[in-house]
Amino acid sequence: MANAISNYVRNIMDTAATVFEGMAVTCSHFVRTPSTVQYPDRMAVRVQDTLPFRYRGILEVDLEICTGCLACERACPIDCIVIDAKKDMQTRKMMLTRFDIDISKCMYCGLCSEPCPTGAIHHTPEFEGADYSLESMVRRYVKEPVAAYKPKKVEDDPAILPILERGMRYLGEFAGTESEETESAA
Amino acid sequence: MKELLDGWIAQGVFGSLPVDLVYLIGLLAAGVVVVFGFVLNVAGVTTFVERRVWARIQSRVGPNRVGPQGILQWLADGVKLLMKEETIPYAADARLFKLAPYVVVLGFIAAFVAIPFSSALIAADLNLGLLYITSVTSLVVVGILMAGWASNNKWSLIGGIRAAAQIVSYEIPAALTIFSVVLITGTFSTQSIIQQQGWAPWSWYIFHSPFTFVGFFVLFTALLAEGNRTPFDLPEAESELVAGFVTEYSGARYLFFFLVEWGNLYVISAVLVTLFLGGWQFPVVGGLGDRPVALNALQLLTFVGKSYFGVIVIMWIRATLPRIRVDQLMTTCWKYLVPISFVNFMGTALWVAVWPDGNRVVTAAMTVLGFALVGYFLSRVVFHLRRSGARLTFSPLS
Repeated sequence: MANAISNYVRNIMDTAATVFEGMAVTCSHFVRTPSTVQYPDRMAVRVQDTLPFRYRGILEVDLEICTGCLACERACPIDCIVIDAKKDMQTRKMMLTRFDIDISKCMYCGLCSEPCPTGAIHHTPEFEGADYSLESMVRRYVKEPVAAYKPKKVEDDPAILPILERGMRYLGEFAGTESEETESAA
Repeated sequence: MKELLDGWIAQGVFGSLPVDLVYLIGLLAAGVVVVFGFVLNVAGVTTFVERRVWARIQSRVGPNRVGPQGILQWLADGVKLLMKEETIPYAADARLFKLAPYVVVLGFIAAFVAIPFSSALIAADLNLGLLYITSVTSLVVVGILMAGWASNNKWSLIGGIRAAAQIVSYEIPAALTIFSVVLITGTFSTQSIIQQQGWAPWSWYIFHSPFTFVGFFVLFTALLAEGNRTPFDLPEAESELVAGFVTEYSGARYLFFFLVEWGNLYVISAVLVTLFLGGWQFPVVGGLGDRPVALNALQLLTFVGKSYFGVIVIMWIRATLPRIRVDQLMTTCWKYLVPISFVNFMGTALWVAVWPDGNRVVTAAMTVLGFALVGYFLSRVVFHLRRSGARLTFSPLS
C-alpha cells in the first residue's frame, strides 16, 4: 500500500521534473543559430569560391593559347568535344572555326585537360549549368574564326602571358604525374 | 455591446427599424467581424508562427520565402487547399461527411462569445460564461465522431473514437479545475473573474493558494488533451493513423479541421489566462482612468499578448514531448488528473471557507515560489547553452 502511494507520487514528480528539464533543453535550442544553409541565394560565401583548385567543374577553353593540336578531341572518351581546325593556305596559319563542348555529354573526367600542351582547356569550379533547353547544353567557344596559338620559347605578348601562366600552373597541379609531383615537392 | 446598440437606437441612427431587427443585424455584424477579422486570421497566422517556432527549436529556419519573412505562407496554404478537388468516398455517408466540418467549426467559434478581450470588448458577458465555454467546446466531439464514422474508413473510425474518448474523459478534470476557481470568485462570468484579479502577478489566481497553482497545471494538461495537441494528439497522429479522423477529407473541408485545431490553441490559452493569469488587467496609472479608449487598447494588448505567449508555450511543448499511447492517455486522465482535481476542488473549497479573502502570506510565498521556479528554469536553459557552446541568434528574422 505504501509502495503504491510512493510509486504514484514518484510518477508525478518524475513527469514534472522530466518535462521541466526537456522544456529547458528545447528553450535553449530556440535561441541557437539554425544550421540551415539557405542555398543558393542567402549564402555568406559562394560555393564556387570554396571549391579546391583541382575541382573538375564545367569545362572552359582559353582560345588565346589553344594550339589546335586536337589532343583533347582525341582524348575524350565520349566524343563531346568537336573542333574544326584548318590550315588557311593564304596566311599559312591554323584557323579554328569551331570548338564545341557538349556539357551534357561530358563526364568531367579530366582526360582532355591532361594532354593539352598549354592548359587552354581546363575545368572551372562552376557547376551550375542546369538550363531549360538542350541547345544551351552545347557550349560554343569560337565566336569568329581565330588563329591558333604558336608556342614560343619565351612568350613576350603581355596579353597572353598571364593566361599562359595560369594554364601551365593548372597543368602542373592537375595533370602532373606522381613522380613529377614528388620531384617538385622535394 | 447591447448598450452600444441601445445608445445608437436612442439617437435614432436606425430610423424606424424594429428593435429586434437592429439587434439581429448587430449580432450578425459582430459575428462577422469577430470571425473574419480575428478568428480566421489568428488561426492562419498561428500556423505560420508554429512552423517558425518549431523550426528554430529544431535548428532549422522554417518557411521564409512567401512574402517578407514568409508571413504570407498561411495564405498560400489556404489558397492551395481551397483549390483542391473535393472528394467524397464512394460508400461514405455523404450528409454526415459534409456536415461534420461545420459542427466542429461551430463548436470552436462559439467559444469566442464569452472570451473577454478587454473590459469593454466582450461579445456577451454571460452570467454562465465559463460553463458556456465548457459546454460549447464539447460540440467538437460530435463533429469528430461524425467525421470518423462517415468516412467509411477503419482508421478514421478509430481516430474518431479515440478523439471522442479523449475529449470526453479530459472534460472532467478541466471542468473540476474551472469550478474550483469559480469557488474562489463565486461567479461563472469571465469578466467578473478577471475583475477580481489584479494586474500584478501576486494578485493572479495562479498564486492564490497551492491548490490553484497545481490546478493551473492540471487545467493546462486537460485543455491540451481537449484540443488534441501533442502529447495528446493520437486522434490525428500523423505517423500512425495517416491523418486520423480527417484522412478522407481534402480541400476546403480539411481546411476547416485545420483551422479549428490551431484556433483552439488560442481558446485554450485565453481560458487559462482568464482564470489564472489575470486576464486583461492593466495598471491604471497616469491619466488612464480618464481615457477609456487608451485603457481598453492596453488591456486588449495585455490579453492578446498573454494568450499568445500561452500559444507559443503550447507549440513549444509540441516540439518537446513525444506522443503518449492511448492507454497511457486514459491512465493519465482517470488515475492521475481526476483524483488530483478532486483534491484541488475540496482543498479550494476549504481554503475559501477558512480564508474568504485569501491568505496574503501564502499568496506571497506562492509568488516567490513561482518566480523562483522561473529563475531555476532560466538557469537550466543557460546551463544547456553553456554546455553546448553554440552560437546564439536572438533575432527571429532570417
